[in-house]
Amino acid sequence: MAATPPAAAIPHEAAAPPTAGWVLHAEIAVVGAGPAGIAAASRAAEAGRDVVVLDAAPRPGGQIWRHRRREELPARARAWLERFDRSGARLIAGAQVVDAWTAADAWAAAGSRGAAPEGFRLVAEVDGERLEVAADRVILATGARELFLPFPGWTLPNVFGVGGAQALVKAGASFAGKRVVVAGSGPLLLAVGATLASQGARVAVVAEQASRAALARFGAALLLRSPGRIAQAARLRSALGGARYAVGCWVTRADGDDAVREVTLTDGRRSWTEPCDVLCTGYGLVPNTELAEMLGCGVDGGRVRVDEWQRTSVAGVYCAGEPTGIAGVDAALAEGEIAGAHAVATSGAAGTPGTAGAADDRRRLFRIRRREHGVARALERAFTLRAELRDLPRGDTILCRCEDVTRGMVDPAWSFRQAKLYTRIGMGPCQARVCGPACEFLFGWRGQTTRVPTAPAEVRTLAGESGGAGAEG
Amino acid sequence: MDTTHTEVEIEVDGRAFRVPADATVAAVLLDLGVGAFRRSVTGEPRLPLCGMGTCQECRVTIDGVAHRRACMTPVRAGMKVSTDG
Amino acid sequence: MGRPDAIVVGGGIIGAACAYELARAGMRVLVLDAACVGGGTTAAGMGHVVVMDDSEAQFALSAYSTRLWHELEPELPRAAEVDRCGTLWVAEDDEQLEALHAKHAYYLARGVEAEVVDGADVARLEPNLRAPLAGGLRVPGDRVVYPPYVARWLVDRARDLGATVREGCAAERLEDRAVVAGGERLEADVVIDAAGVAAARLIPDLPIVPRKGHLAITDRYPGFCRHQLVELGYHKSAHTMTSESVAFNVQPRATGQLLIGSSRELVGWDASPNRSILQRMLRRAMEFMPGLARLTVIRTWVGFRPATPDKLPLIGRWPALEGVWVAAGHEGLGITTSLGTARLLADQILGREPAVDPAPFRPDRVFAPHE
Repeated sequence: MAATPPAAAIPHEAAAPPTAGWVLHAEIAVVGAGPAGIAAASRAAEAGRDVVVLDAAPRPGGQIWRHRRREELPARARAWLERFDRSGARLIAGAQVVDAWTAADAWAAAGSRGAAPEGFRLVAEVDGERLEVAADRVILATGARELFLPFPGWTLPNVFGVGGAQALVKAGASFAGKRVVVAGSGPLLLAVGATLASQGARVAVVAEQASRAALARFGAALLLRSPGRIAQAARLRSALGGARYAVGCWVTRADGDDAVREVTLTDGRRSWTEPCDVLCTGYGLVPNTELAEMLGCGVDGGRVRVDEWQRTSVAGVYCAGEPTGIAGVDAALAEGEIAGAHAVATSGAAGTPGTAGAADDRRRLFRIRRREHGVARALERAFTLRAELRDLPRGDTILCRCEDVTRGMVDPAWSFRQAKLYTRIGMGPCQARVCGPACEFLFGWRGQTTRVPTAPAEVRTLAGESGGAGAEG
Repeated sequence: MDTTHTEVEIEVDGRAFRVPADATVAAVLLDLGVGAFRRSVTGEPRLPLCGMGTCQECRVTIDGVAHRRACMTPVRAGMKVSTDG
Repeated sequence: MGRPDAIVVGGGIIGAACAYELARAGMRVLVLDAACVGGGTTAAGMGHVVVMDDSEAQFALSAYSTRLWHELEPELPRAAEVDRCGTLWVAEDDEQLEALHAKHAYYLARGVEAEVVDGADVARLEPNLRAPLAGGLRVPGDRVVYPPYVARWLVDRARDLGATVREGCAAERLEDRAVVAGGERLEADVVIDAAGVAAARLIPDLPIVPRKGHLAITDRYPGFCRHQLVELGYHKSAHTMTSESVAFNVQPRATGQLLIGSSRELVGWDASPNRSILQRMLRRAMEFMPGLARLTVIRTWVGFRPATPDKLPLIGRWPALEGVWVAAGHEGLGITTSLGTARLLADQILGREPAVDPAPFRPDRVFAPHE
């Protein structure tokens, strides 16, 4: 499916505070074209709704279905993408959402009088151009990012995220012939080790910090709930080639001059070094809740709070997939379908009632969602992060990669806000998306505030102005 | 369309390269062996970390515009990229 | 710590400077802050140390304070981000150019170094400003600092001299020679209400209202501009108390980032972003600096200036309560005037001869009705 050229898609609207310029109208706006967003958009568009999907990547699929060519993808991913193509939903690829608000709030903030407008506004940047979307309903399918934990040497070149390495490979990078160590925690380690091995990388070791006992308990739980996954894990293990799956082991430091050359691993009793050209490290996933927070949605324990229909605490805003709790692709698809179907039932012009889907369909989706969140809870227990990881940063270890703030510069007795004010930690362009979750793990710091813009944006975008392309529509 | 063998020419730090048309700038720079996409505020060389638009470590200058995320930017024929590497 | 000599309510830059000043005079000081040192208006401002000339009193306090900043400068560590960039006031047209010359004469007559530059020189000094501008006034003694760090540094110096700090401790009310905070009655001969925009919560008769402002900060673009740039029309914006306004005000940070301001609104305590005024503020900045358009903003925020009806702070004794003093209401000039305020207040508390006439700042002065 081709990305809709934004300039052509954006009808003209008279400039009126608090927004001006070019506004694209839709009944339902979906943010994120991963599995949850694709499922939500497909369901809603199939029911006749006018759906716009915004995604920052050049192609739909999100992280798990990231691709350059469709034929790289598994059959189910291809089937969903084809369904999405046919659904009539309009995808705007390369659209980084940078702000969102409820029309009523903006009306009030500008001191306007009279009846408050309904609906929502999203601002995205598409190839440097401002795109504003007005929608009656918003479905947030903003996915997750990796949890990175600092240790000496983690800022060296050729230290990548685990999902990060996979994303780079899918975007065209090659690790063929490179000696690779994969270390961290979670099911992604094996999957990425296998991907890299199949691509010609020499995967030396996959080190999982979780203990063998915890994983064994998880294995037993999994056998009861979802036996197919054991076979899947076994397939990944064999795809690793000669690599060792070292359970209960973690990286304590990485060394090298201009790039990583070796890592030190430990099992808590003994330590050894492993030469490598590439280290892939990640400790699980963190829900992307920033846009939900910007819209005022309730967030509990880092997860967007939703009801059985995936409705957030803000009427008209839904959330599906990882932001509501890390539960994987099956849960994301089910939640996306539930949200999409429900948004259909509650939106649209009078006289065109949508359908929330048949009861048996609903039961199926609810069942999948329940099952997957159950597996996810077991996973979370199995891959609980060990306390030793908190002791890895030394005084000169960087915590904040944007501002180069080290462990020695911060006082754990502070709040995150104090640390920000006095050291600039978290004040850089990643907006604490990397150091924030790391500091929460290290020091228990919480309470990040989300501010405009939710991702770095050009001055002219926030000024409500576009560059040349959309100026005369 | 099968784009396997399609290439475009881009310029990296003043030198011309033919690169796969469907890759991102980040993937291309890694394969070219660029040693530092950017320098950190204390001068450390940095390469991409997250690969998915979050960490901002892959910022480079593209067509004269600073601080562009290489991992979120597909290559385009004639693109000029400058790095700190 | 036993009974303190002085309790400073508020750990913003004003309270921090007062604590430092009194501790230096040998007093045992207790600082209370409802949240954390430097986390309120101090964290929301630009950190522009600037000589202002809206009134003789404002000039006297800001010029005196600026000299105190110059004295403090050698002691401040790198993290205070002191930038000796100076201010460049820019005039758009002949009318403003005339005002610029008047401003120049005013500064010269009072011993403040300043220099008028023509349009061509403005373009040379700041190539990213739109050309042609009518001219500029360069005030090289003005500075830029990073306020929350300086506030903490001042509090830490007071600590070195024996002061105690309680963060997360909200004062509930003031009594004669006492503060009630956290259910506890804390006594001292001197109690200072330096709670900034919240000062009127402790002394409801103080005429301080929150004046909302937005700021935006960019990624790092070293060399994009070299002076704190302010449009001469800024006075107009800062003056009017009744309507909302924006003005061009761009600052180069020591980090290479650009801080873009400014806006003023009187909307109570609503801290939500007002996209409409943010847009106007950024457009005004782009009018003066077209090259800003494609720079990347990484964060915007909202702060509240503690505004008074005559735009002058409240510094001095509060006669209705024994032993209670006020240092609050500094609107958008609190970073600049923090050091002068603290010295002026300490002079009065300690019976020293103040260097600046305290009369215009008396907290119990009679105010003309709001414009």
